[in-house]
Amino acid sequence: MAKLTLADLKKLRDDKKREIEKRDVEGKTTRIIIGMGTCGIAAGAKEAFDAFLDEIDALKLSDVAVTQTGCMGLCHVEPTAEVIVPGMPEIIYGHVKADIAKRIVNEHIVKRELVSGYVFDKPAADILK
Amino acid sequence: MKLKNYILVCGGTGCESSKADDIYRSFMKELKDQKVDGEAQVIKTGCFGFCEKGPIVKVLPDDSFYVHVKAEDAKEIVAEHIIKGRQVSRLLYKKSDEKIHTKIEDIDFYQKQVRVVLRNCGFIDPENINEYIARDGYLALEKALFEMKPDDVIKELEISGLRGRGGAGFPTWRKWSFSKGVPGDQKFIVCNADEGDPGAYMDRSTLEGDPHSVLEAMTIAGHTVGANRGFIYIRAEYPLAIHRLEIAIGQAKENGLLGDDILGSGFNFDIEIRLGAGAFVCGEETALLASIEGKRGMPVPRPPFPAVKGLWGKPTVINNVETWANIPVIIMKGGAWFAKIGTEKSKGTKVFALTGKIKNSGLIEVPMGITLREIIYEIGGGVPNGKKFKAVQTGGPSGGVITADYLDTPIDFDNLAKLGSIMGSGGMIVMDEDDCMVDVTKFYLEFTVDESCGKCSPCRVGGRQLYNHLEKITNGEGTEEDIRKMRLIGKAMQKASLCALGQTAPNPVISTLQYFESEYMAHIKERRCPAGKCKKMLRYSIVPEKCKGCGLCAKKCPAGCIKGEIKKPYVIDSVACVKCGACEEACKFKAVVKN
Ligand SMILES: Cc1cc2nc3c(=O)[nH]c(=O)nc-3n(C[C@H](O)[C@H](O)[C@H](O)COP(=O)(O)O)c2cc1C
Ligand code: FES
Repeated sequence: MAKLTLADLKKLRDDKKREIEKRDVEGKTTRIIIGMGTCGIAAGAKEAFDAFLDEIDALKLSDVAVTQTGCMGLCHVEPTAEVIVPGMPEIIYGHVKADIAKRIVNEHIVKRELVSGYVFDKPAADILK
Repeated sequence: MKLKNYILVCGGTGCESSKADDIYRSFMKELKDQKVDGEAQVIKTGCFGFCEKGPIVKVLPDDSFYVHVKAEDAKEIVAEHIIKGRQVSRLLYKKSDEKIHTKIEDIDFYQKQVRVVLRNCGFIDPENINEYIARDGYLALEKALFEMKPDDVIKELEISGLRGRGGAGFPTWRKWSFSKGVPGDQKFIVCNADEGDPGAYMDRSTLEGDPHSVLEAMTIAGHTVGANRGFIYIRAEYPLAIHRLEIAIGQAKENGLLGDDILGSGFNFDIEIRLGAGAFVCGEETALLASIEGKRGMPVPRPPFPAVKGLWGKPTVINNVETWANIPVIIMKGGAWFAKIGTEKSKGTKVFALTGKIKNSGLIEVPMGITLREIIYEIGGGVPNGKKFKAVQTGGPSGGVITADYLDTPIDFDNLAKLGSIMGSGGMIVMDEDDCMVDVTKFYLEFTVDESCGKCSPCRVGGRQLYNHLEKITNGEGTEEDIRKMRLIGKAMQKASLCALGQTAPNPVISTLQYFESEYMAHIKERRCPAGKCKKMLRYSIVPEKCKGCGLCAKKCPAGCIKGEIKKPYVIDSVACVKCGACEEACKFKAVVKN
């Protein structure tokens, strides 16, 4: 590797920072939790996951954590994603295809507006069990 | 599929010795076999601190904390957690209430901790410089080289109130400014990584988990005081730390962060590693410098202090590993930020190695001013097996004990000194009712007698004398005269020894005499060891009323010294007894008693 100049070091730090921030949990106030049960994966949860990560990257958002969970019990509307933004109600979205994932990031997280038509309620606790 | 999970495998020495490498390889293999190697990255980090629960694996960004992980568990974690998003609950950390704790923030052990020194430890891959850089690494160096004058750097350190973490607590900024003030073009920077206190491993973990923080700080010091060469003096018993330091130095050189013309600033700085053979006295700064010069590691009188006249007679800034690791943060965030943490005269945090009779042993970093009670009961989870807390030893062989009466004292340099102990480098050994204070003291004196360099007689002869008196007492042959003499010898050693090894060697004696004189007296007057530790004084006997005459004890006794008839009380021949305790363990009726 070549020796770094001051400018190189700054650039390297900026690049690597984006990478490592994804790993961090501290300072992440917004969370997107994607249902990755078999049903979710079959319905395209992996593509949705990628779309979320891409859009967050593109917008350089640093306070969003994208994690996965098992089946949320809403198999009929998979892929599902729960979005938790401070000061907003916790929302579960259904039918989250790549384009919807993109809209969720832009509208729900950035503009703080719900993406209507894709909001599904949390099922009652006894159904989850 | 993009990267969505990060599997952090602890690669500290604690976990390394319990098979972290196998776990790491096993995760790599499973990710490949289950065809998800693009979805998760496996990173080997430094110590997470919670070594008691090791080997530990963290999965981020979900923040799942898996404990006592085996290589075979990788298969299930990958299949369940990485692929399906379901945590493997049998491996998640559980508190004694049996509730499962998935999140790191829920774990008591971490709740009261503040991580400055250990900021990257257990989060980054210490063998990859890019990860350090990504966490604002070498930003402080940039500032120091291009935006600040050397005097500004010293000013920031002064504002921060940082005091040396190697034991004595000397203000760091003053050392630096002494060295800077001496004219001359040849000066040196030294990192003291000798870490000789028994039970201490703070410095080792810092170097293993975040080696670049020390390199960066030393380079800043070089630029500040006008030095171009640095040495890290580390004991050869720390192979993993040495290995990671070598990698870090190599990567820093390749990237132009060490060597000539650093970042195009025109400043040159190089760091070399020097291996010590693991003598305690070589942690003392003048002995350490002698050892780097290739001489026998023996102290010389100060002044002159190393800051003025050190390595090869040149001004030398010598600081402890933990002191160094604080410095990049102080330069980056400012001295005022740092000064907000801690007490009036002791700023910042302190890393302790919490060991002994404690549930959650491990490496902790806490703000100065925290109480011992918080450390022992909230972080440490208290004393195991329902035993009673007796005392905590701080400062190792130069320190003393703190008893239950003082658990609410805020910990800082001055308060610990007032209680007759010292902060020391950060060893903290918890003792319970089964520990004999005279015996513990004898252990420390045995250590200092072994480690004394032998140059000055107060230390060489005095230490041996103290040890002999302690041995007499633990053998049940002590008199009050022994106590009087120990106090006298202790005073002489404190006044007349050449270096702090001898000056502080009597501290364990003086401190235990202050708080546990009655325990010494029980040994002397009643020929009894209240904790039942001193074997010479131990007498096993059988309470006839409780003995059912089953004969089990006689069967178990390796010395064959228990006699009796079935269904009648048995008797122990105390002369032939070897005091192994097998009979006590064997008896179902608690009829065998000590003393
Ligand atoms: C017997 C003896 C052993 C010591 N061992 C160590 C040690 O292992 N590590 C250390 O940093 N300082 C040790 N010191 C303290 C050093 O002499 C010195 O004070 C320290 O390196 C200064 O760094 P600091 O100002 O950053 O604390 C020891 C001192 C004595 C007297
Ligand atoms: S080794 Fe320093 S006083 Fe003895």
